Amino acid sequence: MIQVEGISKNFGMVTAVSKVSFEIAKGEVVGFLGPNGAGKTTMMRILTGYMPADEGTAKVAGHDVFEESMRVRESLGYLPENAPLYLDMRVDGFLDYVASIRGIKGQKKADAIKKMIAVCGLGGVIKKQIGELSKGYKQRVGLAQAMIHNPDILVLDEPTSGLDPNQIREIRALMKELGREKTVILSTHILPEVEATCGRVIIIDKGRVVADGTIEAVTKKSRGGNVHVIMVRGDKDRIESGLKTIPDVVSFQAVGQEGSLWRYEIVGREGVHLGEQIFRMAADSGISLAELRREKTSLESVFQQMTEGEKE
Amino acid sequence: MDRVWAIFKKEFTGYFNSLMAYFFLVVFLTAINVLFMWVMFFRSRTPAMGEYFELAIIGFWLFIPAITMRMWAEEKKLGTLELLMTLPVRDGEAVAGKFLASLAFLALTLLLSLLTIPTALAYVGSPDWGPIIGGYAGLFLLGASFIAVGLAISSMTENQFIAFLLTSIICLALLGIAELFQLVPLPGFVLSLVTYLDAGSHFDSIGRGVIDSRDVVYYLSVIGFFLFLNYRAVTSRRWK
Repeated sequence: MIQVEGISKNFGMVTAVSKVSFEIAKGEVVGFLGPNGAGKTTMMRILTGYMPADEGTAKVAGHDVFEESMRVRESLGYLPENAPLYLDMRVDGFLDYVASIRGIKGQKKADAIKKMIAVCGLGGVIKKQIGELSKGYKQRVGLAQAMIHNPDILVLDEPTSGLDPNQIREIRALMKELGREKTVILSTHILPEVEATCGRVIIIDKGRVVADGTIEAVTKKSRGGNVHVIMVRGDKDRIESGLKTIPDVVSFQAVGQEGSLWRYEIVGREGVHLGEQIFRMAADSGISLAELRREKTSLESVFQQMTEGEKE
Repeated sequence: MDRVWAIFKKEFTGYFNSLMAYFFLVVFLTAINVLFMWVMFFRSRTPAMGEYFELAIIGFWLFIPAITMRMWAEEKKLGTLELLMTLPVRDGEAVAGKFLASLAFLALTLLLSLLTIPTALAYVGSPDWGPIIGGYAGLFLLGASFIAVGLAISSMTENQFIAFLLTSIICLALLGIAELFQLVPLPGFVLSLVTYLDAGSHFDSIGRGVIDSRDVVYYLSVIGFFLFLNYRAVTSRRWK
């Protein structure tokens, strides 16, 4: 459905997007994850035809985004960052406007508007001026205009930004529902969002793709999922030299202290029973082991790892 | 065409949501009418509209930049330009829609004016209709030119105040080119060129009731030129 190859975009001296390539198949719900300024919005703007790429090609539903911009815009629905809307228009007037622009006429238009009002929960605010709405409602109006022509593809830029937890939950539920039938790309810097709504994640940092795959695959790949946390009592040097003797330990780090207990995070090689080895080492060296547990790597640690790359 | 119509409808009704537009209509019409009445009854006492049109031109210069400044600049400021340009609308359609909506608003203003002064004059005496019709035609063309300038400038900046200022300056320049250069001794052909560029001189001839093709061509050229600038400014976003 979407094929991006080698897309690059610079703004003067700043590289916003650098040789980004990915493919999204019909029906996928993909999260573009990355810190602020990573290039997510720029990538979306290139896909939706708002700005051209400097290099590379992108195709949406078989149409090149630069050569056949009109066709691309017809086939997708876009909710830009911060849901820009015409504040002086009424909700129904605005939806009518967008529908007209998209060539929906007569009874079909009336039906489409009614459907959007129902799906996006705009029943109570139809006749209100958009400028008077709360952020949550504005976001929903933005979503309504993106979906009104029932597009196969939805591009949503930070759809839950600025919303309160209840509103966030509602929008996420809506997106999950949409994901059943449509191809959805959403960008966010909120990790739980990707975990909650997307089947696949593309992590972008400083304009480059640093990870691409299902959430499971991506988390597995990063640290091998083999992390243990221990709480020990004893002399720090003795503890650390002891840890070094375990052959399957890749790295370890002291992450805290509680009274006379030290907390360490230990990364082991994939597929190895690290817990056992740590226990044996502690027993042999006479180090008091107060706690030993295995930690499940989360998307958060992957994210941190990949986007703070220089520190590794 | 449907899309141009949709944009036209939105922008035209949008004018009536804008305080500035109401202000323009009311103040412009009232002020011009009052001033004209004063001039006519205390000065010339003839049922002719020459002074009215001159006052109207000044009114246009003051107000048209104020109503066109937000057309594109506000879209950029609000971020709705991103919405507009990612909808399946051709840039030319958006330019046309906004221009036509502004023209319609101008036409409405002139229509309301038509319903007041000339009607009053008809009761008072028997005015010469030629120059009056010519005057309104000229006003419309002049107003349309100012609108084209205003929209073009609005499309090049995000700041409405700057749009207002630049538009005012350019419109003033268009009105006053001939006067400015009269102070400078120039060779004959340059003088005729400068006089040709002066919007006021074209208006004068139309105001006499003669619709000379040269004058119409002038106004259409100004409109065309600035609409072209407007189009380019909008579509340049998509250039590689």
